[in-house]
Amino acid sequence: MFFRKLFGRKKAKTSRADRGMLLFDHTSDVIQAENILKAEGWTIKVMGPPPEIQRGCDLVVEFPLMEQMRILETLKSAKVHPVDVVPVTGPLLSPVDLFHTKDFGEYLMVRAANMKITIEKKSRMIVNISGGGCPDVPFLADQLTGKILEDAPQPREIGHTLCGYALQLAYEEIKRQCL
Amino acid sequence: MLVIAGTVPDLNFPLVTGPARLEGDSLKVGDHLIPVLRGTPALVAAAIRTAEVVGDQSPHVILAGDTGRGGGSRLVYRHIVENAQSFAGTTLTFHYLQPDVDWHNRILMALDALSLQPVRIADAGFMYAAKMSGYAASYDLFTPDVGELAFLADEKAPHPFYTRGFILHQDQNAPELIERAYAHDNAARYLLVKGAVDMFASGEKIHWRIDSPGCEVMEAMGGTGDTITGMASALIASGIDMEKGCHMAALANRHAGMLTSPTPATQVAEIVRAIPQALASLQKG
Repeated sequence: MFFRKLFGRKKAKTSRADRGMLLFDHTSDVIQAENILKAEGWTIKVMGPPPEIQRGCDLVVEFPLMEQMRILETLKSAKVHPVDVVPVTGPLLSPVDLFHTKDFGEYLMVRAANMKITIEKKSRMIVNISGGGCPDVPFLADQLTGKILEDAPQPREIGHTLCGYALQLAYEEIKRQCL
Repeated sequence: MLVIAGTVPDLNFPLVTGPARLEGDSLKVGDHLIPVLRGTPALVAAAIRTAEVVGDQSPHVILAGDTGRGGGSRLVYRHIVENAQSFAGTTLTFHYLQPDVDWHNRILMALDALSLQPVRIADAGFMYAAKMSGYAASYDLFTPDVGELAFLADEKAPHPFYTRGFILHQDQNAPELIERAYAHDNAARYLLVKGAVDMFASGEKIHWRIDSPGCEVMEAMGGTGDTITGMASALIASGIDMEKGCHMAALANRHAGMLTSPTPATQVAEIVRAIPQALASLQKG
């Protein structure tokens, strides 16, 4: 009896049957939805979709399925519209969570996945952005290079792809290390 | 002839095709001036400088504005599919394009139907799409950096963002990653791996490695991988053997870097300006 309870509890904890996925046309919509829902206090995660619905630079918002109606209402009020809502039936891909930091003396570089951001330590000016392959990378680099770290726009505000999302993580990590 | 397909980071930039030339630090295509900061314009600029040195014609470009929502990339994809016949026998380099497997496969089908195949080179977003599609082996050359090599080595990752940690940790062990990429059919016929040690590999072996002149700070500089791919594309299009062309490009990029006495704040336009001198020094040496 004790073991049945124990295993039953464990199974419930690892089950994903209570989670759903919000699918969007663009990664930028995912980022916007994440910002809105997190600001409203929802417990959500940005994850990678299962292979059967992967098209390109994809992210989905994983959310508690029981809250679907209120979450959709929140997004509707903010004029952010998912193209579909489906239950999670299998494991989702986890975004990269490893950072690589390189100290060049006067400069510091942080890499997240395929994206790198480099600042001059003294001024905290962003001096270079490199890596990546999605078309918002050169755009993000143009917008951020030459700006002081705390004054620069956040990549998540102006980026649209997974590369932009990876740059956001690198940006947050370098801020954590320097500010 | 070299044809380069990619994007420029300007939402209002229309689909533009034609020969590209340099005016100062900007590209000129038709009436359009495009600053060479990084990305596809840097690749095109490096290819132009290289073509000038080897006496070849300027590259033909297919460019559209895209800041990440994919609209410009789709214009480029559509243009290639609708004009596939005109790419027979060319060297075709695909670069910063929104990864889109559907469009990638349409392009591949259109190219496969040609009687005279182009040499197919893929880098950046289009290389991601090529790997995701499962048709990586349909390409002649991929030019990944070490992080992208880890992505090619991870048979489950649909994008470098999802490269699994246990593979990402191995990025100091490129030979193992190369072997893994080929084992899962996620590599082109040849790989030019760009990094602290540049490598040229096939499914059989690593053909060469270059680690000098060493220029560690170039890792931080946006666009230095683009300039290698641009030079390699131009050299291959001029008729130089792929292995030798990639070797020259990797070495010239290092020399061009050294000529600028770079810091992590150096911008790629300076590398582009140094390319003719770097290539000339290789030809003399």
